[in-house]
Parts: sequence; C-alpha cells; structure tokens
Amino acid sequence: MTTQEEAEPVRGMWRQGLEVFSENRLALAGVGLFVLLAGFSFLGPLFYQTDQVHTDLTKVFLTPGTDGHPLGADGVGYDQLGRMMLGGQTSIVVGLAAGLLATVVGTVWGAIAGFAGGWVDAVMMRVVDAMMSIPALFLFMLMASIVTPTVPMLIVIIGAFAWLGPARLVRGEALSLRTREYVMAMRGMGGTGGRAVRRHIIPNAIGTVIVNATFQVADAILYVAYLSFLGLGVPPPAANWGGMLSDGLSDTFSGHWWLLYPPGIAIILIVLAFNFIGDGLRDVFEVRLRRR
Amino acid sequence: MEVPTQPLLRLRDLSTDIALRRGAVQALDHVNLEVRQGETLGIVGESGSGKTMTVLSIMGLLPTGGRVVGGEILFDGRDLRGLEAQELRRVRGVEMGMVFQDPLTSLNPTMRIGAQVAEPLRVHQGVGKAEARERAIEILRRVGMPRPDKIVDDYPHQLSGGMRQRVVIAMALIRSPRLLIADEPTTALDVTTQRQILELIDDLREEFKMAVILVTHDLGVIAGRADRVAVMYAGRVVETATTAELFRAPRHRYTEALMRALPESAESGRLYSIPGLPPDLSRPLTGCRFAPRCGFATDECRTTDVTLTGDAHAFACLHPVTDRATIAPSAAREPSASGAAKPILTVRDLVKEYDAGGAGLRRTAARVSAVAGVSFEVKAGETLGIVGESGCGKSTVGRLVAGLEPPTSGEIVVDGADVTTLDRAARHRMHRQVQLMFQDSYAAMNPRMRIDSILTEPLEIQRVGDSGARRARVSELLDQVGLPRRALERYPHEFSGGQLQRIGLARSLALRPRLIVADEPVSALDVSVQAQVLNLMRDLQRDLGLSYVFISHDLSVVDYMADRIGVMYLGKLVEVGPAHQVVRAARHPYTQALLDAVPTPDPGRTADAGSAIRGELPSAVNPPTGCRFRTRCPLAQDVCATEPPLAGGTHQVACHFPLRQEAAAGA
Repeated sequence: MTTQEEAEPVRGMWRQGLEVFSENRLALAGVGLFVLLAGFSFLGPLFYQTDQVHTDLTKVFLTPGTDGHPLGADGVGYDQLGRMMLGGQTSIVVGLAAGLLATVVGTVWGAIAGFAGGWVDAVMMRVVDAMMSIPALFLFMLMASIVTPTVPMLIVIIGAFAWLGPARLVRGEALSLRTREYVMAMRGMGGTGGRAVRRHIIPNAIGTVIVNATFQVADAILYVAYLSFLGLGVPPPAANWGGMLSDGLSDTFSGHWWLLYPPGIAIILIVLAFNFIGDGLRDVFEVRLRRR
Repeated sequence: MEVPTQPLLRLRDLSTDIALRRGAVQALDHVNLEVRQGETLGIVGESGSGKTMTVLSIMGLLPTGGRVVGGEILFDGRDLRGLEAQELRRVRGVEMGMVFQDPLTSLNPTMRIGAQVAEPLRVHQGVGKAEARERAIEILRRVGMPRPDKIVDDYPHQLSGGMRQRVVIAMALIRSPRLLIADEPTTALDVTTQRQILELIDDLREEFKMAVILVTHDLGVIAGRADRVAVMYAGRVVETATTAELFRAPRHRYTEALMRALPESAESGRLYSIPGLPPDLSRPLTGCRFAPRCGFATDECRTTDVTLTGDAHAFACLHPVTDRATIAPSAAREPSASGAAKPILTVRDLVKEYDAGGAGLRRTAARVSAVAGVSFEVKAGETLGIVGESGCGKSTVGRLVAGLEPPTSGEIVVDGADVTTLDRAARHRMHRQVQLMFQDSYAAMNPRMRIDSILTEPLEIQRVGDSGARRARVSELLDQVGLPRRALERYPHEFSGGQLQRIGLARSLALRPRLIVADEPVSALDVSVQAQVLNLMRDLQRDLGLSYVFISHDLSVVDYMADRIGVMYLGKLVEVGPAHQVVRAARHPYTQALLDAVPTPDPGRTADAGSAIRGELPSAVNPPTGCRFRTRCPLAQDVCATEPPLAGGTHQVACHFPLRQEAAAGA
C-alpha cells in the first residue's frame, strides 16, 4: 500500500524533538541565557582575576568604573564584578545539584509508590504529605542554624525538601501509566511488573521528569537566594547571588545601586532561563506525540 | 410535504483551509450543498472527507488555524461571511442548533441540566431564571425525557449516554432553530439508543418544521432518515441525490465501492475492500481524488478536474456506474469448523464481580456483577462472535479469557487445562496460546517504541528464539499482514488507523497463538478500511487455523465474521447459536430488538416500531433477579422472575418464551 509517510525520511525521536525545541524562540533564548551566565561565572575568572579572599578597606564602596573596577567594590572592598562571578558559581552549582538530587530522589520515591499501590503507596505518600505540611522556609532556617551551611550542605538541605514535588508528580504519572492499554497488552503476553516498569512506564514518564527537573533547578537557585538573603547562606569569603542581594539591600539608601541590581538581575535571568528551557522541553514531549 | 423552492441553507463553492505547522490542509474544496426547510440532508463520508469541516464552517466553529477561504454560506438568502459579528452571532446562536457526537464532552459537568439547557435563552434573549427553568422543563419533556421536572436539577454524570444526548438535543432546540445540525449524533451510543435518538430527531423535525443536516459515517443511519444524501470524499462532494435514488443506483465509483464494502453486502464470503488510503489534503491534488483507488480510473480521471454535474442526481465521475448495484443479504457462511473439532476454549460458569467504589469508609457490599455465569465453547478454527451493548460484559469476558484478570469464579479451559488453577509458570506459557487484539491499537502500543520493538516484545517476554530468529519472525509477520519492511523503524503515531490495526494483529500473531480474542477490532475504522482488516483476519484464520473470539457491538460485522454468535445482556449470555440462525431467526426477544434497531443501508426497509425496546439498561450493581432482560422485555411475565436456563441443542436460548422453536439441526 502506498502511503504519504513513505515519502518522508524516517526521523528519530531526538531529531524531531530537537526540531520542535528549536522552533520555540523563548526556549532557545533560555539556553543562550544559561550558557551566557554559566560562561560568565565559570570562565570569567580566567580572564578577569580579582582577589576575593582578602578584604581591602581602601576600596570600600568604590563607584563603578573607577580604578579598574568596572562594577565598583562592595562594603569590604571586594571587586563587585569578580564577586558576581564567584557568587554565580555557587548559585549555579547548588541549583543544578540540588535540583538533580530532588528529581532523582522524588522520581524513585514516587515511582515506587505509584507502581506498588495499596498500603505501600499510602504510607509513602503520607510521609510526603507530612513533610509538605511543614513550611519550607521554617525547615531551612532550622537546619541551617543547626549545621554550618557549606555548598554540599546547602545542596543536601534544599534537596531534602524539594524532592516532595517530583515525588507527587511521578506517582500520579505512574498510577495513570500503569493502567494504559499497552501495559495491559504486555501483560496479555505474559509480561511481569518489572518489565512494565522498565520498558513502558519509565520511558513514558521520563518526559515529565525532565521537564520538572528544569523547574526544580530554577526553584533550587531561588532557595539558595532565600537562605542567603536571610543570612543562612554560605559564610564569607564565599559568595552567592542571594547573599549579595541581601548585603546590597542594606545599602539601598546609601545610593550603592551597583551592589543591589547586578545580583538581583542575575537571579531573575537564571531562573527565567531555566523556566524557558522547561517550557521548551514540555513542548517537545507533548507535541511530538500528537503529530500523527 | 410541500417543499419551499428557496433553500434555507445553500453552500456555494465553499472552501476551507486549516493551517498547519508547515503549509495548510485544504479541508474543503468548492463544496456545493443545499438544504430546504423541513428536509433532512444526510452528509456521509469517511473520516477526513470534510463532512465535519463543512458543518463547522457553517457554525463558525472551525479549529485553530481553520479559515473559510472562498465561496458563500447563504442562510435564508444572506451570506453569513458578509454579516457583522453581532448579527452573525444571533443567526448562529438562535436560528441554528448543533448536536455533537459525544454527549458527555458537550455538556459542562459542573452545571445543572436545567441551567445548561436554558443557557442559550438567557444569553440570547435575556430570559429570567424562573422562566428559563420552566422553558427547560418544557423542552426536556418534548425530547422525551422521563420526569423532566426532576432531571433539570441533575448533573450530566447522573444521566446515561442516551439521556445526555437528549439533553444536548434539547439545548439545540430550545431557541426553536430553523436549522439543526447533528454531527454523528449517535456514533457514541448503542444501537437501541441510537434508534431512539434518530426517531426523536425525525419527530422533532416535523414538529418544528426544521431543516436537518445529519452528518454520519454510517450509510445505514442515512438510509433510514435522510431525504437527500451528499457523499463526500477528500474535501469534495462527489455525489448527491435523493436517498432512494442514491441507494438504488449510485453513480459515483466511490459511492458504489463504499456500499460494496459494507459487511451486509458481502458476496461469496468475502468483502469488497477499497485499496489504499484517502489522499493527503495538504498536498496539491489534480484530477478526481478517488482516481488512485478506483478500478475504473483512466488518465483522463487523473488529469482533468471532475466537477459535479447533473441536476437532481449529481455526481462527479467520468466513468459512472451504469449497471444496477444490489445490496444482497450476505450469503450464509459455510461453517469452517467441522462439528467434531476439539474445543480450543471452554468457559464454564464464568463469574466476574468488581467492588463498586468500595474505597475508604463506604465499604458496603455493593458489587458490580459484570459477568454472571457465562458458559461457551470455541472449537479449533472457529470464530465465536460475542455481541451486546456497552456494559453487557462482553469486553470483560474477553479480558478474562486472555488472562488479564482472574475470574471471581468459574473455569476457563484452554487446550485441556483450566487456566484458573495453573501455577505461575504454566500460566505464563498459556499466554502463547491466547492473545488479545485491541480496539484502539494506537493506545495499545507504547508510543515511544518502534514497530520493531513492539513486534519483538511478545517474543522477548516468552523467550522465543534468539535475536536472529526474532528478526526473521517479525519480518514474516509484516508480510502476513501486508505491510512493508520499512514500517519496522517507525513509531505508532506515523500510521493510519487501518495500518495500526494490522500491526496490532501482527503482534497478536507473533507467538503463533491458537486463539485470538479480538475486542472490537474494527469499530474505530472507516468502512473501506474495516473491510481490509476483516478480510485479512479471515485470510489469516484460514491459513493459520486460528480461532477467534470476536467481540463487537456491530451485528453486521459479527454476522460476517463469526461461525457462531453469542448475545450478551447485562453479564449473561442470553442466546448462542450458529451465526445465520441467530441473525435470521433470533429466539430471544433481546436479540430480536437488537436486530431491529440496527440501521440497514436499505431505504425501503422501515423498522417495525413495535419491537423497539424502551427504557435504559438497568444497573449492574443491583441487576434484576431472574431473567435480567425482563424489566425491558415486551413479553415478560411473572415466571420471568425465575432465572431461565440456557437451553437447546445447537441454538440455545435463555428465555421462558422464546420467539421461535429451534430450527431443525443442520438447517
């Protein structure tokens, strides 16, 4: 039989996905923005070296543009541009790592609860409900005041709270995928639950998980900012954008705008970037299946 | 009936495009139609023929990207395309009414019936709340709703499908429109309900002196209800005539092919199937659009633009049918299984009950009795058809036989071994014997797996052969179902419905099963494609010696496919016997009612109004005692409160008052 499909070359799933993604301008902008900010933070110090360890009281509150400091200096004499790079490293590393941790833990937890069903599901999901009922910020403050917040510690603290969202999401996905006809068809061939999970449920849930992961990263970056803003972030001389924003805020009325706007704008941009990427990925995973 | 000369609605060269990601689909191409007041125009065609797009263009409800690009929509002499938005809204809202296919999705689940029915009044005429309620009750009474004063305060989910469709019709009628458009109004309903709804639309048309446009894919529905018919194919009207004329002497080759593809017109045990698929409308097309699939096409057909010619009976065909087409009742199928063949499947007293929402605290003893003591046999090489309306438990029987669910009680003996008592390993092996074929193969295939992996999966699960042997088997399967090898690298969404059904069949054949349970395998397909799949299933049965349990709501399809037919009603088998006897000499009153309700593509045959069953299917939570059909049966008497056994020789019936005696054996 002749069909129109035969004329078209066979395109792989990833190729098609890439096409859909690249048609979304915002998503491309998100990728560009992320590459730009990551490059700025991690590659920037190679070209623009500054001392971010020793304070220099002669340079306190230098205005931008003076004495080789394009963005001026802060209240203890650190170069602001160099500090933005250092702060970006912490924010991006913690954001990515905590987002990933939350996604992995949440996916596994939710998947097990969803597949198993019954009382296993009930117990596991009540744990999630219980933890969700504790205000996140309160939990963070409590934990941050007990332990010294280093970068790995921040990752664990944020990850320990943020996995609840993905867990619920994946559990719902697993519950609905479990009853799909193709899983039924597989059982009709004599297939087992393990096979259903491996071959059918996980590959079909992966889209949701990946999309959610990007939003988790954006959220984690915001959590770092919250914590640091409340003074519970990484201690000096380490820096991150949230902490810098908090410091800058105390100088608002002194007219030191260069301490306030750069970290604020950087936080907005990186969160936006991840949200755009997430939206683009969502298109990829949804549209492709509907284009019959 | 006097027919005014001026048509109420006239479409002149209507063209509609739908924009895609790349390019556009030319959904309608110069469509010309007209409907007069008091007349029913049937628009018939397969999916993608543009029949729904036509009515959506009229109603201004085109999907995103859809746009009328040319022509006129003359309603009462005025072109709707030239009207101002305000007036257009009034014309479409007040003078036209529309009934959609799925009554559940066309009702808002959070609004009470009364409020929904009266919404157009409140929007367009500013009627007050109390009056709107009165009018809603009034209109619900006129569409035959029992106890309308109570129903107005119900929500849609509290009503059955047929009742919901009545509500949708009431909603369309409350403004007394002059034109009623019904788009596949009964496709989602059972045949007995379908008959009630079609009769209702007919009655209302006369009462309200409306024009009706009835859109459907079902030639049978059109035959009984429309005054004139327009046949559409690939965005064009290819033939239009009075119903009697069209069915007596179709002229266009497509119309003729469509009629010959109906299971009712099967001659010599084989269906005529139209080769190929409808054309892709997103590409420029020249000539007659049916030419690539037409056996009579010449070069002229492929190059010249064939237009609709003729007055009363117009058709767009250069080589029209000249001899008379006949729809002869299908010849009785020669029994393919000899009486002595060993049964491959024996089902005894099968029972399946489900907990009815027994979650949480309300764990009362409410049980849904889905299958209540069903017994039957399938012999090697035989097809047993199971028919019944939705909710009768036919699909549950299929799932139980295929081993997807354990029965509550009863025996399922496959090839001499009772499946319900087998240990795990033996049950695992049993799946090689029995395989399932689904209604919607797209849903039954993992969208992220290539056809290659989909066809290999059963072999992997059952550990059949090594990877080389599996590859060879998969290629062999594709040959058997007539698909090219290239299909292996593709994903399910790249195939059409008919092709997916072939792939589904190939997958069920992978393990070389002896029995295939096919659950509504062609219900989602168009007539021409349905014929291809049915023929394929029969060819494979003959070549491979398969047995089928063929589950369907469509009696004509089952009649074509099955050697024996079992009729189910509310979890019970009420009649079982040789196919030709069950269909032509039914013994159970329910079977007879079901047969009478099936619309036949023969406008001369009018259904006997007396035999129609009324009322609704009782709930399976508390089924009637005794004979479960007695609450709706015209013959029911006191004795029916005791359960009748399934009795008889080859043609068994479970009824105290069977309609006729069993025909002599071998008849």
